Amino acid sequence: MAFKPKIVGFLCNWCSYAGADLAGVSRIQYPPNIRIIRLMCSGRVEPFFVFEALKQGIDGIIIMGCHPGECHYMSGNYEAEIKFNFIKKMLNFINLSDRITLKWVSASEGIRFAKVVTEFTEFIKTLGKSPIQKSKNNSDLIFSLTAMQQSMNNYRMRVLMGRKRKITEQKNVYGEKVSIDEFEELENKAIIDEYNRERISLILKKHPLSVKNLASSLDLDEKSVLDYIVWLRSKGIVDVDKIQGLTPYYISIQED
Amino acid sequence: MNVVGSVLIIGGGIGGTQAALDLSESGFKVYVLEKTTSIGGVMAQLDKTFPTNDCAMCIVSPKLVAAGRHPNIELIINAEINEVLGDAGDFKVKLTKRSLHINPDICTGCGVCGQKCPVECIDLFNEKMVKNKATFVKYPQAVPLLYSINKDKCIGCGVCEGVCKAGAVEYDRADEITELNVGSIILAPGFDEFDPTPLSPYGYGKYQNVVTSIEFERILSASGPYSGLVLRPSDGDIPEKLAFLQCVGSRDPHRANAFCSSVCCMYTAKEAVIAKEHQHQVNPTIFTMDIRAYGKDFDKYINRAQDEYGIRYIRSRVSHIREDPKTKNLILTYETAEGKITNEVFNMVVLAVGLNPPEDAKKIAEIFDIKLNEYGFCYTDPFHPVETSKLGIYVCGAFSAPKDIPETVIQASAAAGKVNMLLAPARGTLITKKEYPEEIDVRGKPPRIGVFICHCGINIGGVVDVPGVVEYAKTLPNVEYVERNLYTCSADTQTGIKERIIEQNLNRVIVASCTPRTHEPLFQETIREAGLNRYLFEMANIRDQCSWVHMHEPEKATEKAKDLVRMAVGKANRIYPLKRMVLNMTHKALIIGGGITGLNTGLGFAKQGYETYIIEQDKKLGGYANNIHRLLEEKSVNDYLDALITEVKNQDNLKIYNNSRIKQVNGYVGNFEVIIEKEDGSENTLESGVIVVATGGKAYVPDEYNYKNNDKVITQIQLENQIFENKLSEDIKNIVMIQCVGSRNEEYPYCSRICCAEAIKNAILIKEKYPEKEIIILYRDIRTYGFKEKFYRKAREAGVIFLRFNKEQPPELIENNGIMRILLNSPQMGEQISMDTELVVLSTGIRPPMKSNEKLAPMLKVPLNDDGFFLEAHVKLRPVDFATEGVFLAGLAHSPKSIEESIMQSYAAVSRASTLLSKEQIESEGTIAFINPMKCSGCGLCVETCSYNAVSLNEEKHIAEVNTALCKGCGACSANCRSSAIDLLGFTNTQLYLVINQYQQ
Ligand code: FES
Repeated sequence: MAFKPKIVGFLCNWCSYAGADLAGVSRIQYPPNIRIIRLMCSGRVEPFFVFEALKQGIDGIIIMGCHPGECHYMSGNYEAEIKFNFIKKMLNFINLSDRITLKWVSASEGIRFAKVVTEFTEFIKTLGKSPIQKSKNNSDLIFSLTAMQQSMNNYRMRVLMGRKRKITEQKNVYGEKVSIDEFEELENKAIIDEYNRERISLILKKHPLSVKNLASSLDLDEKSVLDYIVWLRSKGIVDVDKIQGLTPYYISIQED
Repeated sequence: MNVVGSVLIIGGGIGGTQAALDLSESGFKVYVLEKTTSIGGVMAQLDKTFPTNDCAMCIVSPKLVAAGRHPNIELIINAEINEVLGDAGDFKVKLTKRSLHINPDICTGCGVCGQKCPVECIDLFNEKMVKNKATFVKYPQAVPLLYSINKDKCIGCGVCEGVCKAGAVEYDRADEITELNVGSIILAPGFDEFDPTPLSPYGYGKYQNVVTSIEFERILSASGPYSGLVLRPSDGDIPEKLAFLQCVGSRDPHRANAFCSSVCCMYTAKEAVIAKEHQHQVNPTIFTMDIRAYGKDFDKYINRAQDEYGIRYIRSRVSHIREDPKTKNLILTYETAEGKITNEVFNMVVLAVGLNPPEDAKKIAEIFDIKLNEYGFCYTDPFHPVETSKLGIYVCGAFSAPKDIPETVIQASAAAGKVNMLLAPARGTLITKKEYPEEIDVRGKPPRIGVFICHCGINIGGVVDVPGVVEYAKTLPNVEYVERNLYTCSADTQTGIKERIIEQNLNRVIVASCTPRTHEPLFQETIREAGLNRYLFEMANIRDQCSWVHMHEPEKATEKAKDLVRMAVGKANRIYPLKRMVLNMTHKALIIGGGITGLNTGLGFAKQGYETYIIEQDKKLGGYANNIHRLLEEKSVNDYLDALITEVKNQDNLKIYNNSRIKQVNGYVGNFEVIIEKEDGSENTLESGVIVVATGGKAYVPDEYNYKNNDKVITQIQLENQIFENKLSEDIKNIVMIQCVGSRNEEYPYCSRICCAEAIKNAILIKEKYPEKEIIILYRDIRTYGFKEKFYRKAREAGVIFLRFNKEQPPELIENNGIMRILLNSPQMGEQISMDTELVVLSTGIRPPMKSNEKLAPMLKVPLNDDGFFLEAHVKLRPVDFATEGVFLAGLAHSPKSIEESIMQSYAAVSRASTLLSKEQIESEGTIAFINPMKCSGCGLCVETCSYNAVSLNEEKHIAEVNTALCKGCGACSANCRSSAIDLLGFTNTQLYLVINQYQQ
């Protein structure tokens, strides 16, 4: 049986959704795999939604908004782009970043809409089924996606996403512009750290583990795991459960 | 000379803080300039301190808090000096206060900004092992508790401004340049740790499990990265085999510093002991050349470390370390006692790094126009240990030489002592004295309680239902007024509280907010300003002990907050005004002992204008120093002593009573009456406000090595005499010196500290005069700490031979037909060796004058330690104070020490005593014990319990009496009393009973 990818499109009301309608009015044909979810603006796309869709086994996600400078709400599409990049960087860790894309489609671009959808659908077909669906042993991927979902919800990530544009494009509170490289260095570190902290605290909810266990099951080096544990302990998220021989085992003490 | 009554102290570590407290209490305005954002220095980073294993934070924090809120101390944080002009007595100092980007007058230290800051950066306080935020406070107990923004790391997102409910964040706050006019300056910039990265054989920075001792200190700390677990950084396992390497960066002239860092032997022993205490699985091994445990009670600590904790000492220097890349274990290569090269595997290695001069020492020297010594530390002279090369600028702490905490505290007080002498004419001219309105008489009036409940931004309000607590508080008995504040501690709320007190006619005030440990004095001050007695105040700790610790259970936290408020109201219903006792101060000082210590102490007081008495039991002044001709550091003691005695004799207001002993001491602080007795039996009664014990020590006369019968066996003192009198016989070709005779044994377990230096001094002197004479020094450890190490090297270079022996196998002396032969089992040689000698010199050390100490101690109500030396109030932080107020100690009476160290203690005692002498009256706390004579049976239990000798038995009435001047208000007496006759004001049985009862309602 041929692979029929499931694709979700998050479309802003004012440009992209109208563009899709125009394709319809113009009877421009494109593959039937996409299900469009209408949002008022692409800026409304919560990283949470994307990870949720992926967890559900959706094969591809396409976010569409107005062209730069044309957002009905001034700058929602710029925000969308920032969030998109954060999401993509995270998905890179589990090789799923190809399954999402961000495109600008205006209300007059019916043809472009159809083309974008067609191309993306074809591309997803070449990738094949979402690994979540493909195997029954998908708990690792679900686990990683959950960790991403939660880490993107944390305050630090929200601040970095929320203020990035202002700080790097206009000026920060000191009236200075922070270079994009400098910001992204911080951003990249934050993405890795928050993701890993979230993974560790999630895994420790199930059963106590040592630094070595954690390192091997999360494919991290032991030193970094210890650093994360130090942080999580200082925040009252995990604590020592027991000491076996010379090795402490940690457990999450966070209530759900 | 016209002098200015203010002082600038550079550096807010324990040294700077101590000097600031001393001087502010002595009537001077003090500015403390700190380059980081909070005071406390390295001591605040430490886990425990040797030799008492006291928690460093617990003992330093009260001092920091006291300095932070002292009305005459201004902390200038995050600042640097630009320029210094002027001379002693009148300096002009230009400085820059770097912007915190947070308004220090508004910030309450609640910490929400730090929590929300998205930028993580390394935490220097935790030696880079933890992450901090760009908006940060150095450590949670920091003083002043102010957040600041690390502009280098901050990305300027603006979140902190948004979350700060107090509105303290000011991004555009600029650096501020100001000028100060001060009479004197004390330099206390501390030290930098030696960075072992360049010593490549140890692999620091390359191997994860090689850490420095200060990093390990943070690892040990309960507030450190591993929350007190001893773990190794590579994988978080407990290091079963833990190696400590001594002298990293010290005593290593070719690769690093030539001097000895003085503190590493002890802190290493401490770290090993604490590691073992924290984690029984850890087995520490210490690699060392010598164990330099030369301080008071240090050797006992080392003995305990070995015997009780099983710490293994290996006398060797590790040549290099390799890492097993798979296990991250470390393979140490070293030479065994037998001279074999061996490898041993450890799980973790701690490098005991030495002390460097502060990084900016050269800049400091330039700005202040002072000299540095050959090692880059501040230059001082052994006879003037706190004076820099510039008049009016003094030094304390590790900036003048590596030293530990008590010695830093001593030197800090000593520097303050010198400032006292210099600026005495301007005392009291620049301090603010507060005038208060008359107290409202609340006697007989029913309680009208006002309750102020703090939101603390969102710290309390975000968890506890504050409006709910307000409504609840209104229902409590006698609560007349309740309000809630965003920040109850803010300046505008203080005004508000005062207005409410008047308007609502309140006569009891409760604040429900943070901890009384930091904030009670502030609110007490506020209500006092409104005319209420300070003690009509109660606090409920609903933040630190409620909202912060039950964040996820808001309902239960609210319940708890209500309980705490109810309990406070319960007590407030029964609190009454308390009086602070006022005592007069006799502005005279009395010093017991006329040695170098006593004489310097006397000058310290007399030069401030206080009438001073020195009581000396001998005819001759000078004490133990009369035995010494010259210092190891090549300065003449004879000349110094002569000049000192002349100076003392020329001082009009200083009176010396020689051939006199103390017969009786009556009275208490401020009002002592001392009866002294001359040799001829005549008596004299002297009044004084303070007493300094400077009774000195005496040379031990050995029983060992047939000393008493053989005149070819002499002591170092005799040898020094012979050298200086040119009486050292030509026939003597071989000299053997034996160290530690009568010291460090079972009966006298302490180190006499000065003997290594004496032996080396004499050996060098002989070698200089008679290079052909063979000198062999038999030792257990060579303890040439600090810069004295140089002379140890010099002696070896001059051909002096050093051979080590173990305590268990001391050298033996065999005399046969006038030939003396020494038999020695040296671990260095492997087999017993023998050597013939014509002269045996014993390093005999110092003993306390036991009999007279035992007589004097009870008269002064002060204790002796096991060895017979006087015991200070606190080994670390009150090294020259006694627990008995008004009595101080200095010099050899405290423990064996060098002349330089005795001089420092003299001036330290001067400074400590001046905090009392400078006052017209002294005020005691209102919370003191009192006795109900009707109930007292005179059993005396309370007398024994009191650590401050404040309680005594009235022999006539047969009841106990409290000396309110001495009582510190701990309440131990009260808890011991069988008949509830002695109670503690402010914490009475009734009040506490009520509090307990209120909880159960
Ligand atoms: S409205 Fe289209 S992106 Fe905002």
